[in-house]
Amino acid sequence: MTKDEHFEWLLWLADDALILAQRLSEWCGHAPVLEEDIALSNIALDLIGQSRAFYAHAGQLEGLGRDEDQLAFFRTDRDFRNLLLVEQPNGDFGDTIARQFFFDQFALLRFTHLAQQSFDTEVAAIATKALKEVRYHAAHSAEWMIRLGDGTEESHQRIQESVNRLWEYTGECFEPNSFQTAAEKANVLPHAESAHKEWLATITSILSQATLSVPNGTWMQKGGRQGGHSEHLSYILAEMQVLPRTYPDAQW
Amino acid sequence: MVNEAIQAIRKRLLDVMDPELPFLNVMEMGMVREIYTDGEGIVIQITPTYSGCPATDVIADDVLEAAQSIHEQSRIEIIRSPAWTTDWITEEAKKKMERNGIAPPSGQSADKAYLLGKERVIPCPRCKSAETLLVSAFGSTACKAHYQCKHCMEPFDHFKCI
Repeated sequence: MTKDEHFEWLLWLADDALILAQRLSEWCGHAPVLEEDIALSNIALDLIGQSRAFYAHAGQLEGLGRDEDQLAFFRTDRDFRNLLLVEQPNGDFGDTIARQFFFDQFALLRFTHLAQQSFDTEVAAIATKALKEVRYHAAHSAEWMIRLGDGTEESHQRIQESVNRLWEYTGECFEPNSFQTAAEKANVLPHAESAHKEWLATITSILSQATLSVPNGTWMQKGGRQGGHSEHLSYILAEMQVLPRTYPDAQW
Repeated sequence: MVNEAIQAIRKRLLDVMDPELPFLNVMEMGMVREIYTDGEGIVIQITPTYSGCPATDVIADDVLEAAQSIHEQSRIEIIRSPAWTTDWITEEAKKKMERNGIAPPSGQSADKAYLLGKERVIPCPRCKSAETLLVSAFGSTACKAHYQCKHCMEPFDHFKCI
């Protein structure tokens, strides 16, 4: 695989984490209970830390002198490579938890594999660290899925609606593309098809514990990895980037 | 001469405290790995605890300042592999945590009991009762979980095993 592809792939990892962190941060001060406010903020913080490490590494690989801040704050929506899933609005608490549940199970699989590869040892080191954190995130979102799904009539109905609404954004996690193909050959990434199956098996098992059904839709949204985003991303970036773009030399 | 400086830095770092656990220094936390010289100066290796821990930058700055007060040509190197684990926290530091109302990490790394859906017994640091309740796996800082004692009713932090 080429250096450009390698750089792009590091942006996938960094952008997924940063955009989801930015979304989760919106809950700060607004979550249904104090413990959840703290939990969602803590998860956001872990994700920001992961994205910083990936951006710093991407910047070094690129070799154009761009640091983590340059990559986070001075790229436009078309340059972002995150999954459409992570930019979806928070909606109600169930929407946020369902989004997190889908992503956490994907992140678990991805980091488990990345921690073991030797194509990029810096990514392996970041993944090893991130895996310890993501295990806690995944336990948290899975517990909530079960609590809400197997809870009251209303919570069951609403979380099922969240699952159905977000389902079309899950296929993109395993979408084949040129880097993925090259990476599979180099054994850097798990085979997309088998990873998707593994993910689906875990999702099915937890949803069944939660008395929820797995949506049967097979049509999937895509475009995030190529910079084709929903309108939501531009608003996220506008809020996230306004300060450094207005005061590019600001120090604090 | 350089070896003496390294010894002096090692000693000075015992006074550099973790801002989120101000009764523990960076050596006890196991955050400082190797201290060595590479010809250009002295290098202090630091391993971050959590990816997003905001204290990491502050700690790196404090360690650098302490080192440079002894040897001008000192710098920090961030080491991610092997990943930091609570197994590196010294036994003495764990006792200090308990005296300060924080239940220390127990046993070996990854909190498998929690991750497998079983709640492990975390004794109350105040009354030592084993009757405690996990309120939330996410507490006041990235490294802590929030517990409550069912015996003395006191809420307390538990330093998670990672």
